[in-house]
Amino acid sequence: MENWDADQHSGSPRIDAVYDSELKSVDTAEAVVVELAQQMGFDEDELHRIGIAMREAMVNAVVHGNKYSGVKKVRMKVWSGGESLKVVVTDEGSGFEISRVPDPLAKENLLKESGRGILLMQAFVDEFQVRRLQPVGTEVTMVKYLASR
Amino acid sequence: MSVKLSTRQVGDVTVIDAAGRITLGEGTSALRDAIRDSLGAGHKKVLLNLGEVNYIDSSGIGELVSAFTTVTNQGGQLKLLNLSKRIQDLLQITKLYTVFEVHDDEAAAIRSFA
Repeated sequence: MENWDADQHSGSPRIDAVYDSELKSVDTAEAVVVELAQQMGFDEDELHRIGIAMREAMVNAVVHGNKYSGVKKVRMKVWSGGESLKVVVTDEGSGFEISRVPDPLAKENLLKESGRGILLMQAFVDEFQVRRLQPVGTEVTMVKYLASR
Repeated sequence: MSVKLSTRQVGDVTVIDAAGRITLGEGTSALRDAIRDSLGAGHKKVLLNLGEVNYIDSSGIGELVSAFTTVTNQGGQLKLLNLSKRIQDLLQITKLYTVFEVHDDEAAAIRSFA
């Protein structure tokens, strides 16, 4: 697997978009990234996984981060090229520590209604990182590699 | 496309046929309403047919869990029918495959409520 930091995606993003904190933005961002991934040659199953991971990242930002605020925005940056797709989603919320998120697979949490978004993102992309920003915000970075052809 | 739900009665089992996407917003609300309506009508044996559902996000999964616990807490049963490979994978990843009773044959599923 290539080293992300050393590849060609450290330059300007192919997409740099700012969205309002509403559910419509989740659909839009998901569609934009899935379309780009399709152009890159990801197969149907991978497009499904990328779509869900994108959706979860956007829902995290809109719902849990910005809490549907009318003034806070969600920024999405996408790099594509070569054999990989990188997406960074940033919100303006109060941030969270990933280590404090309850394990959704723990027996006592199995029947909880929420808390599975990060699990799905981790399962469906090849690299996943959450970073708390200062003074506010959370940045989620996801990388997906095209399978060897 | 959001989810489309239609409800039919097979004996004393309510079958909810779902199609489309069960995601945060309209999808999860529609499912919640369908379960509430079924329980409100006194129908506590619910078979949720996901055969035409091609996409569920974590909120949709949460709604399935909520439906399961709501029905169970009222003394009923909720079972799943016709899961696609993708939905099966989601339930495996979230360890919910062991929580739900899953069927791939409707007649057998209906009989299992007896």
